[in-house]
Order: sequence, then C-alpha cells, then structure tokens
Amino acid sequence: MSAILHLRIDGIAVEVPEGASVAAAVARATRSFRQSRHGMPRAPLCGMGVCFECRVAIDGEPHVLACMTAAREGMQVRTHG
Amino acid sequence: MAEGCEVLVIGAGPAGLAAAATAAANGARVALLDAQPRAGGQVWRHDIAHGASRRARRALRRIAPVKRHFGMRVVAADPGARTLLAEDSLHAREFGWDRLVLAAGARELFLPFPGWTLPGVTGAGGLQALVKQGWPVAGRRVVVAGSGPLLLAAAASLRAHGARVLAIVEQAARDDVHAFARKLWHWPDKLAQAARLRMALAGVPIRYGAVVRRASGDSHLQTIDIDCDGRVETFECEYLAIGFGLVPDTGLARMLGCGLNDATHPAIRVDALQRTTVDGIHAAGECCGIGGMQTASIEGAIAGHAAAGNEAGARALLPSRDRARRFADALAHTFAPGPCVRMLADDTTIVCRCEDVTWGELRSFDDARAAKLATRCGMGPCQGRICGAALAELLGWSWHGHPRQPLFPARLSTLAFDSLATFP
Ligand SMILES: Cc1cc2nc3c(=O)[nH]c(=O)nc-3n(C[C@H](O)[C@H](O)[C@H](O)COP(=O)(O)OP(=O)(O)OC[C@H]3O[C@@H](n4cnc5c(N)ncnc54)[C@H](O)[C@@H]3O)c2cc1C
Ligand code: FES
Repeated sequence: MSAILHLRIDGIAVEVPEGASVAAAVARATRSFRQSRHGMPRAPLCGMGVCFECRVAIDGEPHVLACMTAAREGMQVRTHG
Repeated sequence: MAEGCEVLVIGAGPAGLAAAATAAANGARVALLDAQPRAGGQVWRHDIAHGASRRARRALRRIAPVKRHFGMRVVAADPGARTLLAEDSLHAREFGWDRLVLAAGARELFLPFPGWTLPGVTGAGGLQALVKQGWPVAGRRVVVAGSGPLLLAAAASLRAHGARVLAIVEQAARDDVHAFARKLWHWPDKLAQAARLRMALAGVPIRYGAVVRRASGDSHLQTIDIDCDGRVETFECEYLAIGFGLVPDTGLARMLGCGLNDATHPAIRVDALQRTTVDGIHAAGECCGIGGMQTASIEGAIAGHAAAGNEAGARALLPSRDRARRFADALAHTFAPGPCVRMLADDTTIVCRCEDVTWGELRSFDDARAAKLATRCGMGPCQGRICGAALAELLGWSWHGHPRQPLFPARLSTLAFDSLATFP
C-alpha cells in the first residue's frame, strides 16, 4: 500500500495517495480551480500541462500547474475559484 | 555552464524512451528530459492505482544507462550555442547537446461548443491523464465524446477507475468506422487491442455520427445534449471527457528553426532517418505526425540510431515504420473531424479560454494576426495552444510563425539565467 499524503487546499485538509497530482488533491476539496478573466469558474481541461486552467498557488508560489505537480506532504495550496 | 552530453532527448514518451535507449545501446552518452515528474509520456503515464503496463516497464528498463531529468520543462532555446534552458519547480538549468532528439509528442484537439468551459468538461485523454494520477471518478457518471480510438482507451481507463461511463459519442459515421474495423486484420496487434477494448467496454453504448451540442450546469457540469442524426438526447453526468483527436507539439522545434510540413496542424518535417531541417536535430513520434505508440517507438529507435551515427541500424527499421505509418494514415482518414463538429459554437461561445474571447468576436477576422491584435485571442498563458489549434481546424488560420520565447510562462529567475545571453 502506498503512503498517504496530507495537504491543505484553501485551508481544507485532504488526503491523497503518494504519486497523486496536486490537481487530484484539489479535486477533493473544490470543483473550481480558478476564475476566468470574466469571473467564470474553470477547472482542468487537458490534464497534461498545456491549457493552464489548473493553475494554483502552492506554498506561496503562484501560477503552478496542478496537473504537472506531484502532491507532497504538508503542501498548502490556494485556488482562485 | 551548460551540462553537455552527446545525445540529448526531449520527451520521455514511447518515442523519446526508444531514442534514448537506442542511442545509449550504440555507445552514446545520453540525457533524457521530460516535463512530467515521471517517464512514460501520454500513453504510458504512470497509473497510481494500477501501475505500469508490461510494455511500459520494458521500455523503462531499457533506459537504465541514461541520465534522467524529470519534472524539467524546456522553456527556451539557443540553437546557435546548442543549448536549451529548462526549469523544474525550484531551479533553472541549461543543457547542451551534440545531437538533439525532439520527442515532444502531441496534445488533444478541442473544438469549442456552448458550455465547454464549465468545470467537469475535460479532454478525453485529459480526464484519463488526471484519473491515472488520482483524480477521483469512482461512481461518477461520465460521457466520453469527440473522435478517434483515444475515446475507447480513455473510456476503458475511466471504467477501470470506477467511473460509470454512460455512453461514447463518436462524430465519425458508423459505416466509416466499420469499414476501418474490417481493415484491421492487416495489423493483427491492433485487432487484438481492439478486441481487448471491446471487452473492457462491454455494455457501454456507442453513438456514431453524433455530437455534443451543449454542456449545461450552474458552476459545474450537470447535463449534456447529444445530437444523433437530428434526434437530441440529454444525459445527466458529472463529467464530459471530449477530444477530437491529436495535434503535433511543434513549439520547441519552431523555436529551434526546424521546418514544419504544411498540414492543417503542422508536424515537424523529417527525412527517412528522422532528421529535421536543422543539422544535428532529429525528431520522432507524434511531434512528426500523429501515429500512435508503435509508430512513435519505431521512429524513436530510428532517431536514436541515427543520432548515435549508426545509419545501418536506422535503415533496418524503415519497413516496420512505414507499415505502422500506413495504419496511422487509415486512422486519420476515418476519424477526421466532419462538418457537423465545425458548427457547434455560437456567437457567445468562448474560444480563447485564457482571455475569454468569443466566437462572435473572432469569426469576422481574416487571419490569426489581426484577431490577436484586436482581441488578445491566443495571448494568454497557454499561448494559443488550445484556441490556436481550434481556429486552425475551424477557419484554417495559421498560428505557426516563430514562437515567442519563453515557450511556456517561466519564472523570472529562470529567464534571468546568466549564461543565456541571447535571450531577448
Ligand atoms: C492526453 C493524452 C492521452 C493519451 N492516451 C493514450 C492511450 O491511452 N493509449 C494510446 O494508445 N494512446 C494515447 N495517446 C496517444 C499518444 O499520444 C501516443 O500513443 C504516444 O504517447 C505518443 O508517443 P510520443 O513519444 O510521440 O509522445 P508523448 O507520449 O506525448 O510524449 C511526449 C513527452 O514530451 C514531453 N515534453 C513535451 N514538451 C516538452 C518540453 N518543452 N519540455 C520537457 N518535456 C516536454 C511531455 O511531457 C511528454 O511526456 C494519448 C495522447 C494524449 C495527448
Ligand atoms: S489541466 Fe491543462 S495545464 Fe493542467
């Protein structure tokens, strides 16, 4: 069995198995990852680092692609949903 | 200082893995770089619940002698100095090469329709990729739509992760798909693969000649309307996984000055030995044209031999490459987006998701340049990768000038990397 990682998404505690992406962790806490220029909710489209719809702030670093980043223990993630 | 190596391979999908392993087997010093945290590319993306397939494990074992840099995305290039600039989540790093192999793969083609920006609407391969890395879909209702065999592969993965796949909605006509299926005996391994998929998808209805007209919901997908020969059917679902095939990723190649072909979605131009138009740069796999995993592996091996100077080794593989490409051509012909998917967007439908530019704002322009200047279409962080491909498909617009550096939005500290003096 793989290890369980603990993250906070907008302050909400979530658990994911080791190897999961940050996107998978965010999906456990909220459905909207960001708001578009005109305020519409958006979430991952491509799953492969191309569309930039999954960008979040991780441990204070803004505009990180959640689908391309492996979850790590203790990560603090902020969405803009 | 750039880190030198004889052969530098960009992309660790089937093509890049084969290129790296083959060049190393020929005695070259090889380094392999990929933006993903793990090797495998799209088709062999690591599945955290089910592990790697036998084929993927075999390919990964063969790169044991290769120096690996994963989680590193190439963001800029200096072809004169033969260096690339890459960054991971913390650092920037420069890589040099004597021979370069580009194996950057492909991405999905998305065509805009009303509601496609709602959370819950994803790519077909896109949702598959997310789910392999732990995105929860168990018990969720999913419709898989668009075109091509990737829909079946994606649907099978989603089902294996517990999703309730309600239907597959294929835009190609039933007769065309069946005629293609009857030709599969030419490629026995494909026949076996198709049979396995059919078993994995037993009980899932497939609608042919059908399109998703609309996705609806408040802040997340709730229903979709499907048009099948003029009859509209509504499904309640949490996810719509939709993609219309693949387009080659040529950004890095263009930055390096490599020539492209003149297809609607251009691919890197290569000769029989996978040499691009730039001396010392080879390319292999789906960035040279959509061809599937097997073509990518063979082309990767050809490029690996050629980059390491073993021309005889490369030439021995040409017949099998040609056979694999013939399959790809038959596939592309069958599943090419038909007229019904070109008329889905209405004037209020968003086309450029980064800048919220609508079809109504765009359709009167003559070309991409004029539209970009007036509307900011394609000027957001994805740099036109999503809307540019859609507009190439729908209006025939070309987005393929010299790409701007950086290739992807990069950290300022990366761009200030001191030895990249030529960076504008
Ligand atoms: C989302 C998706 C899912 C797919 N799923 C399947 C499937 O289930 N079954 C199937 O048969 N086919 C699938 N395909 C088709 C698949 O593209 C091919 O079968 C095969 O993976 C192509 O191999 P490749 O080596 O050419 O490219 P890829 O496998 O796409 O590998 C390219 C690699 O290059 C890397 N890369 C690109 N640009 C950079 C850069 N600037 N810096 C660093 N690294 C970079 C990427 O991260 C990627 O790992 C899928 C395609 C997509 C887009
Ligand atoms: S989902 Fe498209 S970049 Fe992450």
